[in-house]
Order: sequence, then structure tokens, then C-alpha cells
Amino acid sequence: MWRHCLLSGTVLWLAAAAPASAFMAFVSNEKGNTVSVIDTDSWTVTKTIKVGQRPRGIEFTRDGKFVMVAVGDDDTIQVIDAKKQEVVDTLPSGPDPELFTQDAAGKIMYVANENDNTVTVIDLEKRARIGDVQVGVEPEGMTISPDGKILINTSETTNMAHFIDTSTRQIVANVLVDARPRFAEFKHDGSELWVSSEIGGTVSIVDPVKHVVTGKVSFNIPGLRSEAIQPVGIGMTKDDKTAFVALGPANRIAVVDAVNHKVTKYLLVGQRVWHMAFTPDEKYLLVTNGVSNDVSVIDVAAQKVIKTIQVGELPWGVTIAPQ
Amino acid sequence: MVRWLVAAIGLIAMAMPVCAAEPIAIGIGYLSRAGVQQKLSLVEQPAENDGIAGARLAIEDNNTTGKFLNQRFNLEEVRLKEGEDVAKAATALADRNDFIIADLPPDALLQAADALRDRGTVLLNAGAIDDRLREQDCRANLIHVAPTRSMLADALAQYLVWKQWKRWFLVVGSHDKDKLYADALRRAATRFGAKIVQEKTFEDTGGARRTDSGVTLIQRQMPVFTQQIPAYDVLVAADESEVFASYLPYRTWDPRPVAGSAGLVPTSWDAAQDQWGAIQMQNRFMKLNSRRMTALDMQAWTATRMIGEAASRTNSGDPKRLLAFLKGPDFSVAAFKGTRLTLRDWNLQLRQPILLVDGRMVVSVSPQEGFLHQVSELDTLGADRPETKCKLQ
Repeated sequence: MWRHCLLSGTVLWLAAAAPASAFMAFVSNEKGNTVSVIDTDSWTVTKTIKVGQRPRGIEFTRDGKFVMVAVGDDDTIQVIDAKKQEVVDTLPSGPDPELFTQDAAGKIMYVANENDNTVTVIDLEKRARIGDVQVGVEPEGMTISPDGKILINTSETTNMAHFIDTSTRQIVANVLVDARPRFAEFKHDGSELWVSSEIGGTVSIVDPVKHVVTGKVSFNIPGLRSEAIQPVGIGMTKDDKTAFVALGPANRIAVVDAVNHKVTKYLLVGQRVWHMAFTPDEKYLLVTNGVSNDVSVIDVAAQKVIKTIQVGELPWGVTIAPQ
Repeated sequence: MVRWLVAAIGLIAMAMPVCAAEPIAIGIGYLSRAGVQQKLSLVEQPAENDGIAGARLAIEDNNTTGKFLNQRFNLEEVRLKEGEDVAKAATALADRNDFIIADLPPDALLQAADALRDRGTVLLNAGAIDDRLREQDCRANLIHVAPTRSMLADALAQYLVWKQWKRWFLVVGSHDKDKLYADALRRAATRFGAKIVQEKTFEDTGGARRTDSGVTLIQRQMPVFTQQIPAYDVLVAADESEVFASYLPYRTWDPRPVAGSAGLVPTSWDAAQDQWGAIQMQNRFMKLNSRRMTALDMQAWTATRMIGEAASRTNSGDPKRLLAFLKGPDFSVAAFKGTRLTLRDWNLQLRQPILLVDGRMVVSVSPQEGFLHQVSELDTLGADRPETKCKLQ
């Protein structure tokens, strides 16, 4: 009896210490050369970590133990221990890394190197560069298909999404999209690839099998000139029904019906909204506002901005620990 | 007979893949003026390959894209010799290239355009800023990538007015192009609400730009030249001929900033521009050419990329299709200026933001906030559709 009481007491204590909504979000601050750590329970910055120069692309390792951040001006990727919240290692990326992605197992990492038109392949365990793929001018957006077979890279001046076979590391298809493609995201069922074009002002919907653009999401905000609408980051809910698109200097997140590709709502956030990440329970979406130096928190179900958190200078990317 | 036909079709079918493997070749000629303009500042002295270096980089960029589309771009460079017939040189270049990027003085540019008018060759003007080329002297086969004087003047005026420096002391050089720039500045002042409190001409009396004891003399000359002027906020200099403007900063009688041809200068590009991904471009340029990128380099890069963009969007090397695309509503090009650049369909001028630079930093980018336009805020710079004198034929 006494034993039983103790046990249930422990469970209670655990539950209080780790409420379901408490996650750690790591935000890269491009100009501040720092990473801000946000507690999603209290919505406060709990730590600011000094990193290398010009931190941009940022992502948790699949096991949730480390955060990798591309520090472009130092030509490397730094590894932050998520518990210690300090830089513990570096990875041999190519020059000027910006965005990267990992395979499902978290063993291989693919990095876009803007300065020499290549995608660099890195073995994460061995910390070694194991290959390069030649792509278009200024590679940027990186993502991997849900089945792990196809790596996507977008090249900003070539204006293409390159389809790369992950087993042979050969380009199997190139799809032209609108000007300055920044970011690519698959639907979770693999049926569509979404590519945002910053200067073109659209998101292209690509058929990943036929390698053709089948539709486009266009944006129209009354009172705002079309040039100010510059789509960058994309977030897709797990049910593939709703997508969120960051519109840069339009200072808005577009909520898109992912089935019919129509915008249903625009959410006003901070200035020059760039990238985003969902909490693992998908209750919240965090978006980085570069010019206003803050992060907006969106309640995903209510489709409302509920909070703004000041971070470092020019927040760029954000990643949240997997559960 | 039937068998023969089948055999022939078989042969054609077999031949097709071989033909398709051969890349589509797109020839671009680059025709540049004789001689290089002398600058007052030694550090601003243009390189021998000013302009062409930008086209070379864009050819590399086009070919990186082209390898995915089976397109191959070639650049043929021709620099005119002093006194050489421009129409002949342009025609010879057009024999081998469907597109010509030109860095020529205005009259020579018109001669080249008229010589090529009937053969369908498209000229892209990378070097001449004269408004008349887009107005009364516009041509249907001439696309303008360089900004106009009035775009540059408007960009500067918007910033000066935003800064509340509305009282201008205008100093104008004695050469024709200085006077044209002064015209554009006067028009900009009227348009955006600045006032020219006094105007003065700086006569070019000849003489060397550089002498061993030059500084002592200039230090005495410039304060005297700028004294006894009614109260003003900023000295605006129109000196495209590079005779005096660079001598003005820090030497005016009253302590006032200088803008226009020295001090705060409006330009299409600068080596200090690092916003909107431009740092990648600056790095690529430096790696290829071992020097920094100028406005003329950028104008030539953009012209070459426009052809590349048209070729990839139409998946074609046919100059007629490319020209139709460039002139059509779907054309736009990204050029590291934070917005897409498009063509004004009434005179084929490329819309573009203008940088305001001080030689070390980008101070601002126009159009300035608050200068509104019903079509594109970029059309607050330069002559707009309702005022155009251009009739494209």
C-alpha cells in the first residue's frame, strides 16, 4: 500500500515537471551570431548561446540530442549539445553552408553550399565529407522525400528544384519553378512537393513522380504591392491538410488549404518573417521575424498569433526538439 | 514505296536523339565602346574589362543552368577601336549572335540598333543612361538594362527629401552630359518637393586630372567656389565628366553633405551591396575576376541573365520567342535587389531599385518608403507611362 502510494506520487511529480507542452526551441540569429533557446512552456528565452558567424540553417539531430547550425561565414556547421546548451563540435561542410537536411536514420546529412554550386554529403557519425553533387547556381532549399529515396535541392539563380537519387547521388530530374526558389517541403504522404519562390512570389506544387509543376499557390494581400510578397519558409501539418507559408517582407503567414492550394487566411506577424517550426504536438507554430528581432507563436488549431518573443538580432531559422 | 517511307521514317526517328543530344547554342555578342573614361579618384579607375567581366560571370551562371536544359551560351567580345564604324562592327557581330549586349555612347547605340533593325537581332543596352534613348529615340529592338539619368536623379531626390534635406545647391559641369544630369536633378527636385536655392556652373578649363601638388590648390579653390550661397542643406553635383565633384566633399565653405556625382551617389550596383543574397554574387564575381564588381559589370550581368532567363523559361534558343518572352507579361529577373525586375512595356526599360552609396557602404535603397504608385513603386523612378514620348515601332 505504502509502496503503491509512493509510486503514484512519483508519476505525479514527473507529470508536473514535464508538462506535455514544454519543448525547447532553438532559434538562429543571423546578425547576432547567437542561438536563442526558448522554453515553449513559459514562452521565454532561457539561454543565448554564442555561435560562429552568420548562423542560419538550424536543425535537431534525429535523436534529439544535438542541434546543428550552419555558420556560413565560418564555412562550417556547429553542433550544440541540447542539454548542455553549448557548442561541442563542428562538421566539415563545404564553403558557406546555409540550409541542410538529414536522412530518416539521422546518419547522412546533405548541405547546400551556395558558393560553389554543390550539395555536400556528410557522414554524421564519422564527421566526414563523403561526396558532392553538382547542382545549379546558388543552392539553397534542401529536403528529403518521406521514403528517403529522393533528395531535393533548390538553386536560387538557376530557378530549379533538382531531384537527386540518394542511392546514386545523381540528378534524376530538374523542375523549373519561379524566381529564387528558397525552400522545399514534401507532404507527409509524399504526394506533393512544395517549393517557395521568394522573388517570383509563388509556391509551386510539384508532382514528385512526373516531375512537373501541377499548380501554384499565389498570394494577394489588399493594400500590399505584389513585390513585397516573398514566400520563404513552409510548414505542413501532419495530416497534409493545412500549410503555413512565411511571406517575408509582407510580414504575414499565409494559411493555405493544402488540398485545393488556396489561401484561407493571412496572419499578421513580425517584420520579414522567414522560417518556422511546429512543436511536436503540433499545437503551436513558431516563426522567425528577422527585422523585428522576434519570434511569433501561432496557435495552430485556432490559426491565431498568441505571443511574440524577443530573441537575438535577425532571427533566421528555428528548430524544436523531437519528442 | 511504302517500305522506303518506313525506312526513311525509321532513319529520322534514329537521327532524332542524336540531334537532341546536341545542345541548343545561344550566341551573345558584347560590343563595347573605345577607350575607358578617366575618373578623378584613382581607386575608381575602371578596369579594362569593366562590364564584360559581369557578362562573363553571367555566361557561367547561364551555362550552369543550361547544362540541365541542354542549352549552351557563348559570349563573343568585341571592343570598338577609335573611329571604327559601329554599324559595321554590330552587323558583323550579329552574323554570329542573335543577341548583342552593348556598352556604347547614345548615338553609336542608335546606329547599331538601326543597322540591325531588319534582321531581328536584339540589343541590350548595358551602358547608356540617356533618357532620350527610352523616349523620343526609343527603338523596338533595344532593351535598356542600364537605369536612366532620371531614375538615378529621382532615387537620390526621394532620399534627400525623406531626410528633409530639401534646399539644394546645384553645381553643374560645363559638358553636355553634366547638363543632362542637371536637367534630371531639376526635374526630380520639382517632382519630389525639393528646392534648388542656387545653381552654379563649374567650368572645365582643361588641364590634368592628377598633378603632384594638386591637393593644395584644390583645398583653396573649392571653399572659394562654394561661398556666399543662400542657406542650403545639401550640395548636389552634376559632374558625369569627372572634372570637379569628387573634390567637393569636406571642402565646401559651409559644412554641408555632397550628393550626386560625389558623396552620396545613386547607382545600379556597388561593391558594398551585400543584402538580398548579393554576397554570393559578389563572391562569385571576385573569384572569377580578381576585383570588385561595378555598376557596369552588374548591368552586363543582368542583361546576360535576362537572355538566360528567357531561354530557360521558353526552353528555346529562338531569338523571336525569347524576345516575345522578354517583352511579355511573364518576364521577370532576380538580380539581388530584393524585388523582381520587370520591363516597362512602353519603352523596354528595366525597372529596378537604385542604391545610394558613399563609396564604402550602401546608405539606402530607393524607391523610399511612402513614395507610392498605382502599378509598381519602381515606377516612381524615371519617366512614367503617362509622360512617355516613346512610340515603339
